[in-house]
Amino acid sequence: MRIKVDRARCTGCKLCQQICTIEHYGEINPKKAAIRIGAEFPEPGVFTPRLCVQCGACARACPEGAIERAGSANAFVIDPSKCTNCGVCVETCPIGVMYVHADAPTPIKCDLCLKCTEVCNTGALTVADPPPRATSR
Amino acid sequence: MYGFGGTIVRINLETGEIRRSPTPESFAREWLGARGFVAKTIYDEVPRDADPLGPENLFIVAPGVLTGSFAPCGSKLGFGCVSPLTNGHADSNMGGHLGPEIKYAGYDMIVFERISPKPVYLFIDDDTIEIRPAGQYWGMGSLDLETRMKKDLGEDFQIATIGPAGENGVGFACITHDFGRQAGRCGVGAVMGSKRVKAIAVRGTKSLPVHDLPGLTKHTYDIIQRTKPHPNMEPWQKYGTALFVSWANEHGCFPSRNFQTTYHEGWEGISGEKLAEEVLVTHKACFGCWMNCGKYSRARIPGKPDTYLEGPEYETIALCGGSCGMTDIHHVAYANYLCDNLGLDTMSGGNIVGFAMECYEKGIVTKKDLEGHELRWGNIDDFEHFVGMIAARRGIGEVFAHGTREAARKLGKGTITFAEQAKGMEFSGYDTRWYSAQLLSYCTSDIGAHHNRSWAITADIELGQDTPVGKAPVVIYLQHIRPLFDTWCCCRLFWGELDVTPEEHTDAIRYLTGWDMTIEESMRVSEKIWNLTRAHYLERNGGPGRKHDVAPLRQLEEAIPNGPAEGKKVGSENFEYMLSDYYANRGWDAEGNPTREVLETLGLPHVADNLEKRGLLGRPIPGGIPKVRGQKLKPKAM
Repeated sequence: MRIKVDRARCTGCKLCQQICTIEHYGEINPKKAAIRIGAEFPEPGVFTPRLCVQCGACARACPEGAIERAGSANAFVIDPSKCTNCGVCVETCPIGVMYVHADAPTPIKCDLCLKCTEVCNTGALTVADPPPRATSR
Repeated sequence: MYGFGGTIVRINLETGEIRRSPTPESFAREWLGARGFVAKTIYDEVPRDADPLGPENLFIVAPGVLTGSFAPCGSKLGFGCVSPLTNGHADSNMGGHLGPEIKYAGYDMIVFERISPKPVYLFIDDDTIEIRPAGQYWGMGSLDLETRMKKDLGEDFQIATIGPAGENGVGFACITHDFGRQAGRCGVGAVMGSKRVKAIAVRGTKSLPVHDLPGLTKHTYDIIQRTKPHPNMEPWQKYGTALFVSWANEHGCFPSRNFQTTYHEGWEGISGEKLAEEVLVTHKACFGCWMNCGKYSRARIPGKPDTYLEGPEYETIALCGGSCGMTDIHHVAYANYLCDNLGLDTMSGGNIVGFAMECYEKGIVTKKDLEGHELRWGNIDDFEHFVGMIAARRGIGEVFAHGTREAARKLGKGTITFAEQAKGMEFSGYDTRWYSAQLLSYCTSDIGAHHNRSWAITADIELGQDTPVGKAPVVIYLQHIRPLFDTWCCCRLFWGELDVTPEEHTDAIRYLTGWDMTIEESMRVSEKIWNLTRAHYLERNGGPGRKHDVAPLRQLEEAIPNGPAEGKKVGSENFEYMLSDYYANRGWDAEGNPTREVLETLGLPHVADNLEKRGLLGRPIPGGIPKVRGQKLKPKAM
């Protein structure tokens, strides 16, 4: 399972960022979101949502072994009890989608909770490769 | 306190002193934010004889209670001062992302006092507040400066700027943010410029304190899911407000050639459909909005550089397009870009250029006045040269730089009869000759002819377009609806287009703040604001109120020459009838002055005292004021 980004459809509304921090921190604070929205204005006029693609580079780099696949979505997730907030994962991330915030105890990373895809109304964020549905004949 | 940033900042630009104080919860609850905060502060603190562009005026920036919250489209940010255009109370708001950013930095109101000796910009990075030199930015276009400051400060700063028009004190200069969101009306950009504040740059990284986050989250989440399949969603997402161009032409309220008529030959070339086909680059939403009415465009005109802009939205199409005789969406988009970068409101700006084009048509303004250029209907080159003259206040541009009322006063020759304005504020993009409730809305508004003070076009249709009867109480109700959104600071379109009720917004306020807020309490704040700003206007401009609630002669007595509304006009008698009906329904006296009874009912006894001292207090109404002021009628909003 992954989140598919169609940047041509993104309008930069930040609903995804709000629901992300509500879900993960119990706070409203877009700066703590695991998804960032690049805005290339005035030219060419494009929004670029940027979030983790679950490549696992951070997990391989983590000196504490604090990042492992977990949960029903099988995403790479940071274990806060092991994480020392050393920042190696942030530096290692090949596409720059591990984020930091002064008030966050660990780096910020998408765990595929998919809440953002539920509020997005333009199709910019959708769930791809959904698990196969049981069918009956 | 939940729901707010918690701090009010006052900046003395003359001395550089910055004072912070906690936002009093009593103040927050009594006025709710933005338009309410502005109305109260300006009324209490700006001397009645203060020059709008002088040191005694205040310039206020204030988000509202729902700004930055997870409530539906809590994006708005209010600006306020005394208006150089109308000499009355001024407030104007914008969407985008700056309002939320200010809340996340921890602020509920920023008050600029006095005048800076040198050009400056306000820099806020959470708790850091600095007044920084802006000499290097002075003279730059609004959009150019935002591009530059994003490079200088970083992408995650939200920035508002003024253009040359604001620096030069043009009466309808606007404030621009996010490459095309404007606080456009009342000349708030001129007041910002008069203080020599070129820009405001803010980064906020704090969390908004919420009383009941699970409650608020579920509330808004459910509204999102409910409204996604709403039939209005798709057309609004596709075309934004521009979808209204066809409707307005079919219904005879679209301004064509300075409101000479109300059906624009060639409107198809500047319609929402044309926008989507020809110039649209991307859809662009304000913070927390899932219907993205914002359209980001590129204008391509042979011989001119390609330009990027947000819009054109309905009002810009109506006023820069229809009212200036344009029929090509690229031209309207380019006109939009010109106004945005110069820092001119596209609404007053388009209206004024259309007015000047009619002056040119009639030979009142000549080629010599225009530095050898012309001012022909629909000519984008003429438009470009003329708005440049206005923004620089150069030559005849100075005559038009303070609005159509002031221009007509200087030009004479009967030009006031075709200056479509009320209280010095230019009409929005709706002709009212077949829409008398809209005319009443424009003319009784505290800031002049702005449709967002009350949009009554569909109310006119429901109540009967050829009668003045029954209009006044509905206009009052609509005038009380708008401050809800202007104080809460969420977008009204979710109410008007997606059937999200005002009660659902007060529910959001309850979850956010923990207050037992009701729609009745909020509507009372609305009425209080209306009476306060009415009093403010009278205290500055004298009475009686009725003498200020004046309609343009064209709307009253000049029948529409063609189109679906051919032959229609409001008529002076009908207008006077509506005014009297309006005053009676408001609990004001027959001369349009607020009475002590209504002011005391609203908790404004000191305002009654102030009016009395100045001989402006309304005479008591025999039998008392109406118990309920305003009558509900749910219209289609815009």
